[in-house]
Amino acid sequence: MFTRMMALIYKEFLALFKDPRSRLVLIVPPMIQLLVFGYAATFDLKHVPYALYNEDRGIASSDLIAAFDGAQAFHRVATLHAEEQIAPLVDRRDVLLVIHIGPHFSADLLSGRSAPLQIIVDGRNSNTAMIVLNYVNTIVEQYNTDWIKNHGLQLPPAKLETRAWFNPNLESRWFFVPGIIGMLTLVTTMLVTALTVAREREQGTFDQLLVTPLRPGEILLGKALPGFVIGIVQATLILLIATLWFKVPLLGSLPALYTGLSLFLISGVGAGLLISSLAVTQQQGLLGAFLFMVPAVILSGFATPIANMPRIVQAVTLIDPLRYFLVILRKIFLEGAGFDVLTGLLWPMAVIGAATLTLASWLFRHRMY
Amino acid sequence: MSAARGGSAMRLKGLVRKEFLQIARDPSSIAIAFLMPLFLLVLFGFGVSLDADHLQVALVAEQPTADTADFFSSLEGSHYFAPYRALTMADAEEQMREGKVNAIVHLRADFSAQLRRPDGAAIQLIVNGVDANTARLTQGYVQGVWVNWLARRAKSTGQEMLMPVQVEQRVWYNSEVKSRNFLVPGLVAIIMTLIGTLLTALVMAREWERGTLEALLVTPVTMTEILLGKIIAYFALGTGGMLLSVALAVWLFGVPLRGSFWLLWACASLFLLAALGMGLAISTLARNQFVAGQIAIIGTFLPAFLLSGFIFDIDSMPSMVQFITHFIVARYFVSIVQTLFMAGNVWSVVLPNVLALIIMAIIFLGITWRKSRKRLE
Repeated sequence: MFTRMMALIYKEFLALFKDPRSRLVLIVPPMIQLLVFGYAATFDLKHVPYALYNEDRGIASSDLIAAFDGAQAFHRVATLHAEEQIAPLVDRRDVLLVIHIGPHFSADLLSGRSAPLQIIVDGRNSNTAMIVLNYVNTIVEQYNTDWIKNHGLQLPPAKLETRAWFNPNLESRWFFVPGIIGMLTLVTTMLVTALTVAREREQGTFDQLLVTPLRPGEILLGKALPGFVIGIVQATLILLIATLWFKVPLLGSLPALYTGLSLFLISGVGAGLLISSLAVTQQQGLLGAFLFMVPAVILSGFATPIANMPRIVQAVTLIDPLRYFLVILRKIFLEGAGFDVLTGLLWPMAVIGAATLTLASWLFRHRMY
Repeated sequence: MSAARGGSAMRLKGLVRKEFLQIARDPSSIAIAFLMPLFLLVLFGFGVSLDADHLQVALVAEQPTADTADFFSSLEGSHYFAPYRALTMADAEEQMREGKVNAIVHLRADFSAQLRRPDGAAIQLIVNGVDANTARLTQGYVQGVWVNWLARRAKSTGQEMLMPVQVEQRVWYNSEVKSRNFLVPGLVAIIMTLIGTLLTALVMAREWERGTLEALLVTPVTMTEILLGKIIAYFALGTGGMLLSVALAVWLFGVPLRGSFWLLWACASLFLLAALGMGLAISTLARNQFVAGQIAIIGTFLPAFLLSGFIFDIDSMPSMVQFITHFIVARYFVSIVQTLFMAGNVWSVVLPNVLALIIMAIIFLGITWRKSRKRLE
């Protein structure tokens, strides 16, 4: 029986690696994608293009402008002289932000009154708009504190001191790179498993496999193992890039990380084989792969937090293996977590894996055409 | 062959009919065109949001006084927070480690006393920095509560609190700052990329694999006619999916469509052509359904999701990555949809992107056409 299994596993690997294009598709893109996506996926803005419309001639406004021009986050691309110039610039997306300083700005400040600073932001991407406003507020806050100090005014009775745990500089890349590792691993499992059974069904070789002495469980193992092995190898390479190239700190336990990875791969391979064994044609398999992969990524909390979702959708995310794996990755990478905090995240993936694999092997024999 | 009157038109009609019959036989194409946008848009339109409210925050006052209670009640009054009153700092930290709260507001024992001294008291905010974006939002919201609290406090003691510069912010096109208004149009673009590519990614490869393409080619039809037949059939199917997506965005999710519907239709058709072209090109280059399927899985969804400007700002990416985004078809359409939905017919945004879509469509369809012809020899 052992030799039988080995032969089958050998055949499955051969089926994947025989075609040179297929070989290329499996190995090269995940590496490149991690590099490209790792740089692309960040909410930290750089060189936000802005326009300045300053009607004030005083020293107070030029100090404020110097603060904006000195900030790395902002980049002035236009200086306006009339109100009508604002709208076309924002419409065209030439600038994301317009800073408008009124004619009495310095006079107001010097006579001890509050001076308004008008900020216009392009809200087409509301998240970017919120981040820009946040940056503006930080600069203005600093300016206010300096002004109060330099003019001997009364400080507010309480100040806010913020500290961030686990990611002191709030670098959003540290959040996204571990997430990308999870996403790419999921894509790989889909790549290896989602079309395999469907292809054999379409070509008729699956029927031949079923009349051999191999039991469905053995066929399942033969189909699942390549996905698992390729997933482990690839995730290891990706992990190396994440830590050595992107310098994301990996503080937690490696055994816990690999346990999480293995369970995630089992659940991903299970889902892929389930889709594949349900599909009669490769076209259906491909559709199934997308109908699983796209929601699994978007509802995983990769970019949009699960806490922001309505309750029903939050309940749906409970069957998404990526959801658990992303939390595991981030906790191990940034919070230095070990097995003690992760058990609650590990067993749901084991359950998903067991359920999908059982169903897939049952379908091998029971879905026949 | 060319002698037959209206022969080409008739052959084309026959080919389109054949494609539709194939579509009807395997319902997965229809599912791609209609079920997928319905399922994905409903799920994401309701599910995906970047607007954080009910942020989980632990509140700790080492020495509860009237002042600490006053500050905490302002936090509790804000819908941005779902506060949890922790008795000790150790308890709050434990909650943070377990992921039950994302931030801690900590007032030291001398808070009330310091409040009345010239140096002032400190409000300590500790955020979980793992999700940096949520951490920043939390910080911003706490700051807002803090400023309001200071103003209210100053008023009640008869003083005037001075904030030298006061920011008056206006967010254009999306004054309520609802993330759904930009996410839903973006999702329409992502989903249409998938529809367009998935519909055609396997069709040419399937015909090569089964040898039916050779069978077709011994008849009077030309390769151009075969390709046209496929494009017409799947274009019609994709247009149905596109209309369904736009209808859902406008009527189900209430995203304002400020630009012209017909302009949106025209741009979407161009985009669809480019996406179908990409699928056909993958199919032709791979010539094998399995490999074509793999390329589609790798090459469509994640690049469109991450590199199109749908969520992540392209201008903030390094220039090398910005260069790569120019090869992502979805990038141009995302820019068009976000503008047409939220800002209106801004020609200076629409036209360059339309031009880019035309070029992409020509490239993909050109690759398909040339490669298909070459392979005949």
